Amino acid sequence: MADIKIGAYICKGCGIGERLDTAQLTLIAQKEGKAQVVREHEFLCNQSGVELIKNDIANEGVNHVVIAACSRRSKAETFNFENVAISRANLREGVIWITPADEDKKEIVQEMAADYIRMGCAESAKMQIPRTNPNLGNNKRLLVVGGGITGLTAAIEASKTGYDVLLVEKSASLGGWAAKLHKRVPDREPYAEPMDTGIADLIKKIESDKHIKVNLNSTITKTSGAPGQFSVDISTESGSTATENVGGIIMASGFTPYDMNKLPYLGAGKSKDVVDQLGLEELAHAANGGPIKRPSDGKEVKSVVFVQCAGQRSDKEGELPYCSGHCCNTSVKQAMYFRNQNPDIDTNVIYTDLRTPGNGEDFYRSAQNKGVIFTKGKVNEVTTGSAGLEVKFKDLILNEDVVAKADLVVLATGQVANSGIDMEAQLLAEAAAAADDKAAKDAGEAAIERVEKPKGVSILNLTYRQGPDLPHLKHGFNDSHFICFPYETRRTGIYSAGPVRRPMDMAQAIEDATGAALKAIQAVENASLGRAAHPRSGDLSFPEFRREGCTQCKRCTVECPFGAIDEDEARYPVFNESRCRRCGTCMGACPVRVISFENYSVDTVGSQIKNIDFPDQFSEKPRILVLACENDAYPALDMAAMNRFQYSAFTRVVPVRCLGSINTIWVTDALNSGYDGVILMGCQKGDNYQCHFVRGSALAHERMSKIDDTLKQLSLEAERVKTYEVAITDIERAPALINEMAETIQKIGLSPLKF
Amino acid sequence: MTDLNKAMVETYRNDFLKEVEANVEEGNWVKMCMQCGVCSGSCPFGPDWEHPPQEIFAMIRAGKRDEVLKSESMWMCTSCYNCIVRCPRELPITHIMHGLANYAHRLGIAPKMNPTRRFAKIFWDNIAKSGRVNELELSIRLYFMNGFMKGIKTGLEMLPVGLGMLKTKRLNPFGLFAHGGIKRKGELHKMLKKAYEIEDKRKGFAK
Repeated sequence: MADIKIGAYICKGCGIGERLDTAQLTLIAQKEGKAQVVREHEFLCNQSGVELIKNDIANEGVNHVVIAACSRRSKAETFNFENVAISRANLREGVIWITPADEDKKEIVQEMAADYIRMGCAESAKMQIPRTNPNLGNNKRLLVVGGGITGLTAAIEASKTGYDVLLVEKSASLGGWAAKLHKRVPDREPYAEPMDTGIADLIKKIESDKHIKVNLNSTITKTSGAPGQFSVDISTESGSTATENVGGIIMASGFTPYDMNKLPYLGAGKSKDVVDQLGLEELAHAANGGPIKRPSDGKEVKSVVFVQCAGQRSDKEGELPYCSGHCCNTSVKQAMYFRNQNPDIDTNVIYTDLRTPGNGEDFYRSAQNKGVIFTKGKVNEVTTGSAGLEVKFKDLILNEDVVAKADLVVLATGQVANSGIDMEAQLLAEAAAAADDKAAKDAGEAAIERVEKPKGVSILNLTYRQGPDLPHLKHGFNDSHFICFPYETRRTGIYSAGPVRRPMDMAQAIEDATGAALKAIQAVENASLGRAAHPRSGDLSFPEFRREGCTQCKRCTVECPFGAIDEDEARYPVFNESRCRRCGTCMGACPVRVISFENYSVDTVGSQIKNIDFPDQFSEKPRILVLACENDAYPALDMAAMNRFQYSAFTRVVPVRCLGSINTIWVTDALNSGYDGVILMGCQKGDNYQCHFVRGSALAHERMSKIDDTLKQLSLEAERVKTYEVAITDIERAPALINEMAETIQKIGLSPLKF
Repeated sequence: MTDLNKAMVETYRNDFLKEVEANVEEGNWVKMCMQCGVCSGSCPFGPDWEHPPQEIFAMIRAGKRDEVLKSESMWMCTSCYNCIVRCPRELPITHIMHGLANYAHRLGIAPKMNPTRRFAKIFWDNIAKSGRVNELELSIRLYFMNGFMKGIKTGLEMLPVGLGMLKTKRLNPFGLFAHGGIKRKGELHKMLKKAYEIEDKRKGFAK
């Protein structure tokens, strides 16, 4: 690597020149920042400013650029130079916009700016220009797991975009549950009548598409590799196995209908005339437009009762606690099967809450118009009476226990995800079983339940260290960044779509499939260029570790939210660069600090933290370090600045890739070198997490919960370190949290560790 | 099965709903109710109804014919139209309430002593006779609706109002005997008779 030549560029635009003494900043960059080239410019982001930098890169040999201007979040494209390491010192949003312009504050504001110059130069000195990931794969074929409506849509969409597809289906035919439907809920105006599923046409298209190869009666017995270079063993029922190479995977393994035989109190299994929704589809299919006949004696059905939320939205043992989302619309549709054929048939839908998302409301209205009766009630029991079935329920409007008679009862049961094995829950359960104390056992009980519920077989059979399938979030559904990025899973290059990630209907599954196909295409394209996938899309850096320093503690391999790190025979970590999302959680986890990225390491951040000017303890100028997640907290602070919300000028903010990348050494070092308070700002954790890297924020919170010991060793107050969940919208709260810390410090006094 | 259940067995069928659709003004809207309860919450008399509109609709759909038609509830409606304005499904609730009341009355099963029903009948008989309301006669009939002594008492209570109206020529004391009404009253009576005939035929009241 060539010698580092730092060029620092100080912008005077946007009021920076008026508020700050840029000449002094130039001196600091030269003397303390060791920048060989330092230039001021009136308006750095205009053409002449950018030309100035380009010229220095070309002719002066500047290869590390420090831009002291606005936040790294603005003008990112203007200040983007190839093969150059870039750091940004945030003088605009970070200094002049969040401090008052008063004359008596001028000194501390100037100190703040000076520190950001020092920090920018210090970071630059430790950075390296990232090489591209050397282990890249060029395969761009997509594997679609599952031949239902989701899988078929994903395959056809990928093919239309010009990508080859390998489709694997467990059963002997394509179409999945959608092919078993008589008709589907309408997806277009006027949302009034059940419509043809269109599945036959779709299957025909798939079969005649030469970019799509279909494997029926097949399962995946082994998946290894990384995006751009997956190797997949596909085994047929007959026992033969073929190995195929693909670049990305779309998991569309769908759902299994909840087993209605678990609901004997609703008559399931006791009477043939109690069916679930799929059972009714079969009857409607058999009737083929004629009168639907009940299974027990073939009599034409004259009255039918639909029981909504059968075995779901329930807190009963063994039933589903969630709403499956499609069943209300499905019952509306099925009631129409009857009314359309014969308007004299009594159709009664008994519901507690009718949920018809989207244009389902129009469909519901259409059914009401046709005379389908909707009764708000809770069904307690279905029994066989002398003349047919009796549905005993509580009418929730009239508040009385009543009975409705029917020839046929349809139970709207839920969807159970085919999501494979929940390794995390298994490990938790095992740990709980081995634990001595009660708290750990209780915590494990929920996990044990998670393990027992799906009892699945593995779908993907990944050879990853962290287990054979995509991790689960809740109720057996795949964890798929539910809130911010729906198709992203915790295994890079593998995207989940359809009811495997959350309960949904056909229309949603089709949309899901299209989205997941597009994400998979992005992933294989990024992988072929050695770049990171979402959310650090395009990042060329990748993690490396110093083997001789590694103690094989396995924390990185266990904690990586994306299962990117395997272990070799000697139990050293093996980084699969293409699977890595570049969050740095491994770097934060490593107790011996041997993991680093070329442009983001324990050193690049550590040196920023240490390279500020600490006033002595008598000057009464505290220093507060804020480690802010660059995804939510840092933008929130930027937006606070745009709104001119002020926070303490004693603050020094360092953006981090994810709270998970924070190595506790930074906090210890900061306190040791004289900071009076440290604030960590990350994203929301837990089941409703918004952390871009899923587990980063949660892990950071866990690690920081143990910081008290360190503080005690240093004889410091626990209030000096705070960890917060900050949303991108917290533009008033984020500055308030900083000011709160400033007040706390005023109360408890400056750190005794200043020298 | 208990006796109560036996009585309920044939409920939750469409029969009564169909009857309402055929015979009650705007009755075809009943099936469109989505049980949100906004009507009941919007009604200024809400707490005084035995069965607020939402419940009436649920009862119709549950097939509770007698309970609905013998109910005093729909007679409570004062036609303020709050419910119609607010109904998200745009049901003409006020009209349905009046329709139900009228249907029950025509069937002869509406509560006999319901004051609204009695007032409505007095009003109708009054206006149908001459084509115009004879206000004095209407007031007097109304005062004496609940007995002679009650009528005298109400009359005395209203005396200052009556005198005031007399003074400002808003009340003709001879109107009781010399109420003119419209021209060609016979034609009006013929029209009403024909209308009754048509309605009776359509709704099955014809003997």
